[in-house]
Amino acid sequence: MAANSPEGATPRESRSWTLRLRRAIDQHLPMGHLLPDRQPYYVGSWVYVFGVITIAALAWVIVSGVVLSFMGPQWWHDSRLGRFVNSLHFWSVQLFFIFMVLHLWGQYFMAGWRHGRAATWMIGVVIFAVSILTAFTGYLTQQNFDAQFIAINAKDAMNSAGIGAFFNVLNFGQMYGLHVMLLPIGITFLVVAHIVMVRARGVVKPIDAEGARS
Amino acid sequence: MRSMGATQEEYYRGVRMVPYDLVKELALAIAGIGVLAVLVAAILSSPDVAPVTIAAWAQQDPVDLVTTATNELAGSTTSAGYGPPYNSVGAGQSWGPIAPQKWFGVRIPVDSANTFVIQPLQRASFSNTDLGTALSAWQKATPDQQTKWLDAYSKALPNATVKDGTVAVAAGDYGPLPVMMSNLLGVAQAGGLDGLLVINGRFYQTDYTLPLLFMGDGTYLSGLAAQAHLTGSQWGMMNETGSYPGQTWLWLYTMWYQVPPFTSTTGFLGFNSSNADLGIIILMTVLTAALALVPFIPILRDIPRWVPIHRLIWRQYYAPRKGAIRS
Repeated sequence: MAANSPEGATPRESRSWTLRLRRAIDQHLPMGHLLPDRQPYYVGSWVYVFGVITIAALAWVIVSGVVLSFMGPQWWHDSRLGRFVNSLHFWSVQLFFIFMVLHLWGQYFMAGWRHGRAATWMIGVVIFAVSILTAFTGYLTQQNFDAQFIAINAKDAMNSAGIGAFFNVLNFGQMYGLHVMLLPIGITFLVVAHIVMVRARGVVKPIDAEGARS
Repeated sequence: MRSMGATQEEYYRGVRMVPYDLVKELALAIAGIGVLAVLVAAILSSPDVAPVTIAAWAQQDPVDLVTTATNELAGSTTSAGYGPPYNSVGAGQSWGPIAPQKWFGVRIPVDSANTFVIQPLQRASFSNTDLGTALSAWQKATPDQQTKWLDAYSKALPNATVKDGTVAVAAGDYGPLPVMMSNLLGVAQAGGLDGLLVINGRFYQTDYTLPLLFMGDGTYLSGLAAQAHLTGSQWGMMNETGSYPGQTWLWLYTMWYQVPPFTSTTGFLGFNSSNADLGIIILMTVLTAALALVPFIPILRDIPRWVPIHRLIWRQYYAPRKGAIRS
C-alpha cells in the first residue's frame, strides 16, 4: 500500500480532518451506492418512482422559482410570460406535493423505516413539514387578494402559538425573504441528506423477507 | 454502509440483482414532469385576483370604512383588543398555563386609534384648517365626552346614507367626528391612506402589517373572501380564488376548524372555539411529531404488516418464490 494512502497514513495524516472526511465518504457512500446500476429484483413497483418524480417536480419548482425571483415580485402580474412562469411554478408545486404524499404513503405501507432507516423516514417527514411552510410563504407573497386574506386569516394561528411575534405573516418583506432564500436552501439541504441516506443504505427488503428483521 | 450490523453488500447477499439506470430514470422523470407542468400551466394558468386597496374599500363601501375607523377610535375592533403581539389590551389565547401568545409579549406594537385614524388625519390636516380644528377639539375633549360622541355616532352609522361618495348621518351631537371621518374617508378614497399606513420614516416599504390589520377590522374584505369561499369556516385556509386546488396539503389542519371541540363554546378538555387556533396548532404539532416517530410507535409501525398493500408493491417477491431472497 502506498505510504500516502489512507491505510498507510502517518499518525499526523490520520488526524487530518480532510482525510477523515474522505475516508468516511469512501466507506459509507462509495460511488457504486450513490449511483447504482443494479437493484434487487423486487424493486419493480411504480411506488419506487414516486420519490424520483418528487425530486423532478422539485427541480421544476426551483427552476421556475429562480426565474420569478430574478425578475422580481411584480413581473408576473404584468407580463404574459411572467404569468406563464408563475403558472409553471404553481403547478410544479402541486405536482411536487402530490408525488411527495404518494411517496410518503408508499413508504409507510412498505414500512420503509426498517433495518436502520428510521432517520431517513424522519428527515422525510421534516421535508414534508418544511415544504408546507415554504408553500405557505409562497401563497403569502403572491401580492394578490389570496395573499391578503390568507395573511389576515393565518395571523391568528401564528399569534396564538407565539410564532407571530417573530414570524409576521403580514410582513411581505420577511415572508418573501424566507420564501425565495432561506426555506428553499433548507429544503434542498434536507432533500440531499435524505437522498444520501437512501443511497447509502439501499432500498429496504420486503416485509417478512427471509433473513430480515422488521 | 452498516445497517443491522451489515454493509449494503451483506444486506443484499443472496438477493438477485437486476440492471437499473438511476440517471436515466431521473432524466425521464424531469422531462415527463416538465412536459406535464408546462401543459397544465399553459392550459389552466394560475390564480391572480387583484388585491383590495383601502382606496377601493373606501369607494365601494364608504360606510364600512367609516364604521371601522369609528370602532378603532372606540377601541372595539379586533386589532384594538387583540393582545400580543400588537398590544396588551387582550390576553390572547391560552390552554391552561400554556399561553405562548402572552409569553412573547408585544413585539409589533399597534395602537389602533392613533395608528389608523389620528396619525393619518394629523398628516392630512396640513393646510386643512377645518380638520385641524376638529382634531384639536377631539384631543382636548375628556374621555367621557369622546365616548358620548362615539356612542352617538356609532348608533347613527347603521342608518347612514351615501351620496357622491360621502357618508351622511342623521343630525345629532357627534362633536368633531363627522369632520374627522369625512376627511379620513376622502384621504382613503384618494388612495392616501394606503400610503400613510405603510409609511415608517424610510423610503422603501415591505411591511404591510398596518393596512392588512385595518382592512381585517372591516367587513368589506372578509365579505369578498366569503364570496370566494376563503373564510375559516369554509375550509378557507386550503382554498384559493377561482377553481384552483389551493393548499390541499393543509386539509387536516383546516378540517379541525370545522369540528368540535374547536367549533364549540363549551369545548372539551379546555379546548373550544375561543382558543381554537392554539388548540389546533398544538394538535397538529403532536400529530406531526407522531408521524415523524412512526418507526418507534407500536401499532402505527405495525399497520403496514397487517395491511397487505405491501404484497401488491412487492408482488414479484411474494408471488413467484423462484427469486426468493437467500440471505
